[in-house]
This record gives sequence, structure tokens and C-alpha cells, in this order.
Amino acid sequence: MSRLLVCPPDFFGIEYEINPWMRLSNRVDHERAASQWQTLMGIFEQDLGIVLERMVPIPGLPDLVFTANAGLVVGHTAVVSHFRYPERQREEAHFEHWFRQQGYEVMTVEAGLHFEGAGDLLGFSDTWFGGYRQRSDIGMYPILSERFQREIIPLELIDGRFYHLDTCLCPLSGGELLYFPAAFDHDGREVLAARIPTERHLVVPEHEALKFACNAVCVEKHVVLPAGCPTTEGLLQERGYDTHAVQLDEFMKSGGSAKCLTLALD
Amino acid sequence: MSTYHETVVLQGHIIDSLILAKVLDRIVMMGGTFDLQDVNIGKTREQSSSARIVIRAASKAFLDEILNAIQPHGALIERGTDCRTELVPDDGILPDTFYATTHLPTQIRIAGRWLDVDRIEMDLAIVVNEEGSAAHAIPMGDVRRGDRVIVGREGIRVIPLQRPHERDVFGFMESQVSAERPHGHIIADIATRMRQLRERHRQGQTDAKVLLAGGPAIIHAGGRDALTWLIEQGFIHILFCGNALAAHDMEADLYGTSLGYKLTGGQPLPHGHEHHLRTINRIRTIGSIEAAVHSGVVKQGIMAACVRQTVPVVMAGTIRDDGPLPGVITDSVHAQQAMRALIPGVGLALLVASTLHSIATGNLLPATIPTVCVDINPSVPTKLADRGSFQAVGLVMDAGSFLTEVGRTLGRLV
Repeated sequence: MSRLLVCPPDFFGIEYEINPWMRLSNRVDHERAASQWQTLMGIFEQDLGIVLERMVPIPGLPDLVFTANAGLVVGHTAVVSHFRYPERQREEAHFEHWFRQQGYEVMTVEAGLHFEGAGDLLGFSDTWFGGYRQRSDIGMYPILSERFQREIIPLELIDGRFYHLDTCLCPLSGGELLYFPAAFDHDGREVLAARIPTERHLVVPEHEALKFACNAVCVEKHVVLPAGCPTTEGLLQERGYDTHAVQLDEFMKSGGSAKCLTLALD
Repeated sequence: MSTYHETVVLQGHIIDSLILAKVLDRIVMMGGTFDLQDVNIGKTREQSSSARIVIRAASKAFLDEILNAIQPHGALIERGTDCRTELVPDDGILPDTFYATTHLPTQIRIAGRWLDVDRIEMDLAIVVNEEGSAAHAIPMGDVRRGDRVIVGREGIRVIPLQRPHERDVFGFMESQVSAERPHGHIIADIATRMRQLRERHRQGQTDAKVLLAGGPAIIHAGGRDALTWLIEQGFIHILFCGNALAAHDMEADLYGTSLGYKLTGGQPLPHGHEHHLRTINRIRTIGSIEAAVHSGVVKQGIMAACVRQTVPVVMAGTIRDDGPLPGVITDSVHAQQAMRALIPGVGLALLVASTLHSIATGNLLPATIPTVCVDINPSVPTKLADRGSFQAVGLVMDAGSFLTEVGRTLGRLV
């Protein structure tokens, strides 16, 4: 991963409630949010040497900052998201415009289906996992599987607090899986156990899962994750990962953290 | 149809993800049942799999609940197409691509709605009324110019038989034929059904008739008294036979012989071979079997019992018949029509000792009707099964023993 799409939090705020984390009464401290975002970007650029592509923020689109939900980028193709909630559907045109400007071949979502991009579809090089039931529709995965010739294992998300797959599961570069099992049903847990040897399971405790410990960005042996998750950091360090904890509590007010603020471009 | 059903399609990596298992689990947990059809497993890891699932539920509301529960897991209701129809070009002529029926419950889709096909029977066509609100199976010869007939295969679904609730011999729905299999439990199950059906028939239920189609071996083999008793006791409600069964039954009454052989001693009587001819001639003189019974000429036996119990009898003639007796239908298409007219309401069919009448009757029966084929010759039940009546339970045994044993089980003192 050498490039990430991000969007500065100039207009970030809580203007509606579309997940259990959002409370209109919970005001965002803009200065603090901006500073947290800058710190995160600093780690990506300076510590990890990642190239950042910055989108132009748009007034009235407070969640444009969560670029993980712009879509899914595979090679030169970008699948533009179609959000479940109308509040975020207004972002779609801007993401599409950006992808087109950058020369991506743009694929849109079939009518009647919802898909919230890399927030719900992530995985290893050969197998992808697709979260469904909360935001994205399972019906998208056979289409994407066919298009990109990848196995996509759908996983039902059963806890509204973990409404995107990237809030409760993070595949790591060494083949380990950082995840919070209770966000999945029995079948989902069985599937993960069958797919990834249990010695590679890094199980995040609930109190850290609720701080979005799984909403982490893994670049080679580096993992960038929200601050306040020492157990998770310990698990990662045991496996030889360098952890980079960043305070992102302003974004947690909207139900997002490190991973939600980025979209892997290649 | 007592069940409601819908076909859904599931696609994607549905096996390893346990999505298929999850969907099937939900269906069963919610009180539905399913048939898994056309499961295609992806050949490589990247290739997706697919499954067609027919879901059944006891009510429309249950079915809708199940569909609502499984749709989020990717189960899409199969949006089939309507069936296609063409007009019959001339009386008795079907369009080239007419749909040929099976004897399984069948539905057709018209304007998005599934419609049951009435009077289903194998090897017929399906005719739809002008409003598209009713459909029934129809023999080739019965179609009339301008009838709307189903063509092609779209918009048609054939529903496999559900395993019946009764855990008796009919529950296995197999027509494995063997002389080596024990008969006792099969006869006991048949008798139990006959007892239940008589009760339901007496209560006025319309689907509780017992049909017996039989050949003259019933008389030769000594099954006449038992069958007479079964008819008199109200266990048999329809009789299909030919000229011979009726002739030998009445010959036995008039002369005490069957095809000239003394029924009690077994020895041939002088000129005994003429007895059945004289019997037939006698009945022809009187004018009808009914008149012969009412006038007291024919006193006992199968035909007398049928007349007294007002059991409808269809006598279908054949090319080798003597006489024939009055009432024998010599036009085989008319005979088929007369038999077909009596099928609705049959709840059990006993096909005994007749290749011709057993197969003819088997062809007319929907697969949903429990059927028994009894013959001393194993090739008869086998032939019946080979011709599509897979639901028939084959019993390789002598007709006399079979009827006597059924009678005994039902309380006849021998």
C-alpha cells in the first residue's frame, strides 16, 4: 500500500444520527478533530512513507471524511459506493467525480443494492470478506466476486455498533486476523475459524473493540490504531508489529476511527 | 394444494461461508420445508456457487415470514416467466410444442400468479380457460379448435411428492417389486387405510373412495367371495374391470364354475367352457347386469354386490372379448373417458391381477394417490412402475390370497 485517499475534516460534524454512536447532542470539537486528523496523517506520511491523496472537503457532507466508504479500488477499477442512508448518498457523486478525474474505470452499484465500499469489503490477497446485513447487501458480493475473480466470503454483522466490517475485523499483512468475535454470529465465527488457523486469531477484548481497536490500518509491519487499546497493541507487538496509537476520539463520536478515515488506492 | 411454496435462488460463495446452511436452517426453524434443486458448486475457489431452493410452508403468511427472513442473506425470489399458450389448430390436434404432463402435482404461472392444474394425469396436455383463472389436464383427443393449450416449458413447475405423514408402506413411495418380501405388513397397512377410508367415506368426505381394478384371475384364484364381501361391507367404492371378470363372476353364480372349472372341486365339467358364453348370452337376453340382479337371476357375487351397493363399474372391452356383456364399453377411448371420470375422489387404488386394467388405471392416476399393484407375475408391477406410476407399491402374490387376507384383516370370518 503506497497511496491512501483521505479527506480533511473541515466540515466534519454530527448533523444526523445513522448509527448507534452518533448523537446530535454530542458536539464535535473542530479544532481537536482537525488536530487529531493531522496527527494521523503525519504518521502515515512521515513515519510510514505513504502518499496521501487529499479530496476537497464539501460543506454539508460531514462524513466525507470517512473515505473508506467512498468505494472499493482494485487496480484501475473503482466501485463507487451506494450508501444505505440518504444522508450519505449525497457523497456518492463527489467520490465518483474524484475517481473519474483520477482516471479510474468506474463501476457503479446495481439498482436496488447497497454497498459501502472498503468499509465492508476487506481481506487477504486471495480471499475477501464481505460484511452484510447492516449497511451493504449480500447481493453485491457475487457481482464483485465475478468482476474481480476473487472469493468473497460474506459475513453477517449482528451488532449495530459494529455496522461496517472494518469496525470489527482487520486482516493483517502477516496473515493474522485482528477481530472482535461477538460482532459475528456463530456461523461467521466458524467460517473465520475454518479459514484462518486459530493461532493467527488476535481476539480483541470487548472494551477495546468498543474503542474501535479493529478499525486499524495495517501497512506491512506497522499498525495504526486508535489510542486507548493497550491489550490490542500488546497482541500486535507479540506478533512483531509496530503499533502507532493515535487519539481519534472526536471521530468516534461519529462511529469512525483510523481505518474509516482512509481508502487504500493501490 | 395444501402447501404454499416459492422458489428462491442463492448465489455467491454460499458453501464455505455457511450462508446456504444458514438459509436452510432458517427455513426449517421457522416451520418450513425445502427441496434443494440445482446446486452448482464453483469449481475453483474464485468461482461462486448457486442453489435453487423450493420453500414450502403451511400458509401464505408463514411463507412470507420465511422469505422475509432469508432475503437479507441473499435469497432472491426466482422471477420466472409466465407460461406460454397457443391455440389448438384443430379438434384433437395439439400445437407442435405442447407441454406433456407428468402425474405429479403441477402449477402454471399466468400473469405472475401460480395456478394449480386440476385433474392431473400423466401424458396429457394442459388447457387454460379464457380468463386464465383455471387450468386442467386434457387428453389429446379431447382438445377442441381454439382451446388455449400450454406450450414450451417456461412458467411450469412440477412439485415432487411430499413424504406422507403416515408411516406405513405408502410412506416409502417406492415400487420395489419382489416376491421375497414379506407381505403381511403391506396387507395390514392396506387394510388400515381401507378402514380409515370407509369411515371417511361414510362421513361424506369426497376424497375417500377405494378403487379396485381387477382381472378374471380374481375369480379363478378364489378371490371372488372375499371381494364380494369387501364390496358388501362398503370397503370398495369403484370397480374397473373387463368383460371377463364380470362374465366369470356371474358364471360362478349361475353354474358354479369359472371358465368351466368347478370352483369348489376344481374339475372341469362337460361342456363347461360354454358356461361363460351361456352366461353372457343370458345377461344379453335380460338386457343388463342390473336387471339380471334386480330380477334375481344373478343372486351373489361381485357384480351383484356392486349393483346392490350402487358401486359404479366401468367395464372396458378388449379385442378378444366374447359377447360382450351389456354395459361393456367397446370403444376404448370412451372406456378411458368413463374411467377418467371416476378418478376424482379416489383415495386408494388397488390394481389386482390384470396387466391391461392395472396399467390403464395407473396411467389415469395422479402420483398423489396411494396405489397397490398385486399380481402373481412380477413383471406387472414392474411394468407399471416403468411406465411412470412410481408411487405404486408392488405386491407379488396370488389375487385370491391377497383379497382373502385383506378381508380377513378387515374382519371377514373365513
